[in-house]
Amino acid sequence: MKKQVTLSKEFLKGLWDINPIFKQVLGMCPTLAVTVSAINGIAMGLATTFVLVCASLLISTIRKLIPTQVRIASFIVIIATFVTIVDLVMKAKFPELSKALGPFIPLIVVNCLILGRQEAFASKSKPLRALLDALGNGAGFLLALFVLGGIREIIGSRTLLGFQVMPNGFEPWLIMILPAGAFLTLGLLLGFANLYTGRRDRFEKEALQAQYRSVGKEAVFQNDPSEKS
Amino acid sequence: MTASDSEENKQIRFDLTTSPHLHSKWSTQKVMWLVVASLAPSIFTSLLFFGLYQLLIIAVAILFAAGTEYALQVMRNKQPTILDGSAMLTGLLLALTLPPNFSLSATAIGSVVAVGLGKQIFGGLGFNIFNPALVGRAFLQAAFPVQITTWSKPHLAVDTISSATPLAAFKFDHVSTEIGPLFFGNIGGSLGETSALAILAGGFFLIAIRIVNWQIPVSMILGMIIFGGVFHLINPAVNPSPLFHIFAGGFLFGAMFMATDWVTSPITSSGMWIFGLGISLILVVIRLYGGLPEGVMYSILFMNAFVPLINRLTQPAIFGIKQGGQNEKSY
Repeated sequence: MKKQVTLSKEFLKGLWDINPIFKQVLGMCPTLAVTVSAINGIAMGLATTFVLVCASLLISTIRKLIPTQVRIASFIVIIATFVTIVDLVMKAKFPELSKALGPFIPLIVVNCLILGRQEAFASKSKPLRALLDALGNGAGFLLALFVLGGIREIIGSRTLLGFQVMPNGFEPWLIMILPAGAFLTLGLLLGFANLYTGRRDRFEKEALQAQYRSVGKEAVFQNDPSEKS
Repeated sequence: MTASDSEENKQIRFDLTTSPHLHSKWSTQKVMWLVVASLAPSIFTSLLFFGLYQLLIIAVAILFAAGTEYALQVMRNKQPTILDGSAMLTGLLLALTLPPNFSLSATAIGSVVAVGLGKQIFGGLGFNIFNPALVGRAFLQAAFPVQITTWSKPHLAVDTISSATPLAAFKFDHVSTEIGPLFFGNIGGSLGETSALAILAGGFFLIAIRIVNWQIPVSMILGMIIFGGVFHLINPAVNPSPLFHIFAGGFLFGAMFMATDWVTSPITSSGMWIFGLGISLILVVIRLYGGLPEGVMYSILFMNAFVPLINRLTQPAIFGIKQGGQNEKSY
């Protein structure tokens, strides 16, 4: 079964089908806290992606050496190593960004998205697939954070990536750069994502039914296609 | 009426309908328009004290509230129900909680948020947890904190309290305001909240025709006398008298029109008492110890969140079952 998934699919699924933010709803803490601007979102996304890719690759490589009983602890040690690297590099090279992201860089250690991918995927897959999966999930996370941070920055402080995009007459909505704005934006985005997925699944189902009808059979669904795992 | 219809009427007919079989004499539409009528004195005083520009704020708020309701109901493939007046009432209530000469674009944003995020996103009228108008105002308070606390001076002002609201004057400058201006409304404040007289007139009308239960306003005022009084007795120099608490700010407006919203208030009598007393307690704490001078909005929203819990706790025992007995429903 697992072998049927193509390598490109392994990467692409992370962008939408199992997008860490919109579908798995994992890693909410940094998502809500740091996305006051698009650049913060990108930095957070890149840092998380780096840790995720390195940790997935390493854990997938040594997956047969890790005893099952202590696997979570082992994952955390490996993740923490890479987080320390990211933290120190950011402090040395991008001190301002490091200050803006504050404690959320060290907190990548306990980001459930990373631990979740190790537990659910990397510890059971070959290195190449684990790498692609990590890249896809990281890219999906980065994308979501960029969208969230972009929306909040445009409405909350009139700029995008530091460039002014809204006219001066536009009064910035302070709420968007406050925590409440993060919850509102994320909630609405999740709502739209669910709306879109629901519609798409319904259309797919109808198309399939139409296909069956044209052959003269009534479509019988043993497994509802809307309940994709 | 066709001929066959009148013939059928001569026979005894049994109508088969689904429940509910008992209907209230009130329709949603009728209630909403009566509430609007009861707000007329407050609208009048706001225009009297702050000028005709306020009519524009009210119009924009109502227009955008109704427009949002219509747009979202069409989007959700529902029968649009803007004519029942509930969305327009939300817009009107929101407008009356805004400061005078508030920007029209921000008013429109507040209206869209009030109906969109406060009401329709939960499923429309009857499903919202929080009072929609207050959700809109809370959003505006967080989005435009400076604009929404910029109070214009009333036109007829003769005293020197300038433009600060009585509560802000008391909190930051320790200047108390006489009860007289507070009662008639010739003071700084939100459009509908300044005149206690106009609010009480509308409120008593609603209570008299039994659209509003008397328990919530009475329990809020009683709670304010108790909790405000206790703090006043502890330290009269710092803490204002309960009378000042009642007449200043949006307390009466909240008690008569906001807390009594049918959807977001408890359904049992004892629940209403808990609800009203809770609002007053939170309000006194916010006013005396919080960072903001006023907290009616937050205290009502806070207690709104507890309404399902209050309803559950105050559920009356089922008839025929001993209270506290073993047969009582366990939670």
